Amino acid sequence: MKENRVVAPYLIWMTIFIVLPIILVIFFGVTIRTESGLQLSLDNFKRFFEPIYLMVLWRSIRLALISTVICLILGYPMAMILASNGLKMKNTLVLLFIIPMWMNFLLRTYAWMTLLERGGIINTILNFLKLPSLNILYTEQAVILGMVYNFLPFMVLPIYSVLIKIDKSLLEAAEDLGADSITVFRKVTFPLSISGVISGITMVFMPAVTTFVISRLLGGGQFTLIGNLIEQQFLFVGDWSFGSAISIVMMILILVSMGFMSKYEKENEGAGLW
Amino acid sequence: MVMKHIKKLYAFLIFFFLYAPIMVLIIFSFNESKSRGSWDGLTLKWYIELFKDRQIMSAMYYTLSVAILSSLIATAIGTAAAIGIDNMKRFKKSMIMNLTYLPVLNPDIVTGIALMLLFIFMRIRLGFLTLLLAHITFNIPYVIISVLPKLKQLNKHIYEAALDLGASPSYALRKVIIPEIMPGIITGFLLAFTLSLDDFVISFFTTGSGVSNLSITIYSMARRGINPKINALSTIMFITVLLLLIIINNRMSKNNTIKE
Amino acid sequence: MSQPIIKLTNVSKSYDDHNVLKNINLYVRRNEFLTLLGPSGCGKTTTLRIIGGFETPSSGEVLFEGMDITSIPPYQRRVNTVFQKYALFPHLNVADNIAFGLNIKKMDKGLIKEKVKDILTLVNLPGFQKRSIHSLSGGQQQRVAIARALVNEPEVLLLDEPLGALDLKLRKDMQLELKNIQQKLGITFIYVTHDQEEALTMSDTVVVMKDGTIQQIGSPVDIYNEPKNSFVADFIGESNIITGTMIKDYLVDFAGRKFDCVDKGFEANEEVDVIIRPEDIKLVKEADGMLLGQVVSVIFKGVHYEMMVTSNGISWMIHSTLMVPVGSKVGILIQPSDIHIMKKVKAI
Repeated sequence: MKENRVVAPYLIWMTIFIVLPIILVIFFGVTIRTESGLQLSLDNFKRFFEPIYLMVLWRSIRLALISTVICLILGYPMAMILASNGLKMKNTLVLLFIIPMWMNFLLRTYAWMTLLERGGIINTILNFLKLPSLNILYTEQAVILGMVYNFLPFMVLPIYSVLIKIDKSLLEAAEDLGADSITVFRKVTFPLSISGVISGITMVFMPAVTTFVISRLLGGGQFTLIGNLIEQQFLFVGDWSFGSAISIVMMILILVSMGFMSKYEKENEGAGLW
Repeated sequence: MVMKHIKKLYAFLIFFFLYAPIMVLIIFSFNESKSRGSWDGLTLKWYIELFKDRQIMSAMYYTLSVAILSSLIATAIGTAAAIGIDNMKRFKKSMIMNLTYLPVLNPDIVTGIALMLLFIFMRIRLGFLTLLLAHITFNIPYVIISVLPKLKQLNKHIYEAALDLGASPSYALRKVIIPEIMPGIITGFLLAFTLSLDDFVISFFTTGSGVSNLSITIYSMARRGINPKINALSTIMFITVLLLLIIINNRMSKNNTIKE
Repeated sequence: MSQPIIKLTNVSKSYDDHNVLKNINLYVRRNEFLTLLGPSGCGKTTTLRIIGGFETPSSGEVLFEGMDITSIPPYQRRVNTVFQKYALFPHLNVADNIAFGLNIKKMDKGLIKEKVKDILTLVNLPGFQKRSIHSLSGGQQQRVAIARALVNEPEVLLLDEPLGALDLKLRKDMQLELKNIQQKLGITFIYVTHDQEEALTMSDTVVVMKDGTIQQIGSPVDIYNEPKNSFVADFIGESNIITGTMIKDYLVDFAGRKFDCVDKGFEANEEVDVIIRPEDIKLVKEADGMLLGQVVSVIFKGVHYEMMVTSNGISWMIHSTLMVPVGSKVGILIQPSDIHIMKKVKAI
């Protein structure tokens, strides 16, 4: 087969629409506009390290970390339940778990807006039960809730797909050697599932740290995250150079940590897709 | 025994957490009242209003046409690329696969603004064309990722067997290779289609001139507050995605049983 | 004698500095059953793929009835291949698989149907037309693969370890069947295998290969009885290979004494390999033996016993239908005609 002929359209396409745009972003990131035209400069990156922007970065990382930890705590037991042996209708349950993931992301987030609003269903129920109402819409908690809700499946599925691959005889061997069920979990199951946990963490943390939709809709725009910052620079402020610089920082952050993580998750590539 | 019940309860709570918001959206799409707090009786008026809404209907038209076109084009380019990549030597292959994974791994927002810069730089007016180009771009890698495993499973000698029996390379490709990897191609197409239907971030930055897809429309409506028409739209989209997923899932499990 | 149907002259093949074939010269006569035999990595499959057109030699040429076909693509060659793992098209049924080549030739549909029916009868699968490939057993798939190649009436049929995936019993049956088909149709077969027994059973000519070179070409009887070097002797059947010294023509020294033999033409006192087949060694009473030894192990092999006898620090493998118990002192008797003397091959 003439490999070059069939790959050529793809390579041309990727060069124009992936490589070239990234080069443009880098170009804008390392230049500033002066009276004498564009000038090479690292000012955009320096500006990013001003306290106000570092705070945004820190907030993004903090919220994403909190969400990731909550997803891990909620998700690991769920993955174990889905992977457990005698489960009837296992495939159906896994499918049920995947379906919400494919529901439009905006709609999933919007759903929480309607649930959390002052006159929304949660408060209606709370009022009916004569309980104090819950006003968390447009707070940090709402943003975290939205992240957990949207990204929980990304945590569960990679862990699940590693857990079902664990050879059951290993667990039996551990029991045979005198380990109780807690020890089996601590010494065998968990260490063996670590690659799934790591890819789960990656798959939750990455979209959480880059989102600008959840913070905008559930945070009401009061909680600027790094994603919102990029959006603002490009769409409202029009400072492409600074926006590009932030994007480069984010891209490097993500790609480096991806590369780092991928060392641990070689075995379950793309497990989270399904 | 106690453990078993705890497990069941836990699983139930998680599923409740996942589904309750969606179910509430769907149920309230049939609610007469505009308020979320009260139930004033069953109605289909939000669906009727939805279909009367010019903005939503045009968004739906653009969403569908971009999804169909972009997934078809991405499937063609991606399948050809996968066949070529599969035949490559190790080094070249891993270079190209890295390029393929780049848009998958890169944050959507970066892909979005990068494409936006490109289009502005190339003086292409943001609109339908740029939206379509952007969607094709992020869809191709998923097609490649779906088709490549099928090519790997293929008995390497099958192509040679066809040549041996007198088939020209293009005849062998059409009559043997393509039919063999068809399941992967269709899965890739459906995946691309679904991703395109669903995309918000990249579309948000690469469209303009009044062209917007459903995600963008929902975003701008939701920013302004609650709107029952969105609920009606949610119901329709949820059922669509559900059907698509069931089809994909059946295909995949069917393929698996043949393999065994 | 007519000109050979296929001729390889000075064919070499290398991948990234790795020489897979080194200057292969080989010809195949019409209607011959020729087997390329050797351990894995010896270049036998590469040779077959060069004949089939799937590989281009780095140098040298391939002649088909005297015409250079070195750079002719596989789909324009009048040879067909039966692939190692059959390579049947899973999306087509049995009949469509077999008709694949005929359809390309745009043959009349009715005629194709007829031909498919006939060839299925030939390979003992009558009525299998509509079956799917997945529903066939390994042996049946094998037959379909053979039918698919044969239906095109190739001048030469190439078979790449076609029986490798079958179990022993089925393999034996298929060997006979393949040989029958070859004789019935009068087609030239070029067969690749690493199984020496298979090669000896089926072939008219055996080509023994090792490390990309041809070690010996000959009839099965020649190869077995007159191996050219210790590699061939060791690879074909089992052998005792001992280092000895040629005293003069017809006299060799090994295992501590001199033996009469039938070989000549070596230099005086040249170091040689002495090869003796285990079934050519007779165990006799101590007094009648040329060497004295003791039986150290006995294994029952079905038809014969395999015994190890040590004598003067040398272990002899001996095949005999008569069992001598472990520990017995025995005499060893070797006829001069059973002693094969070979030039020492340099260890690679």
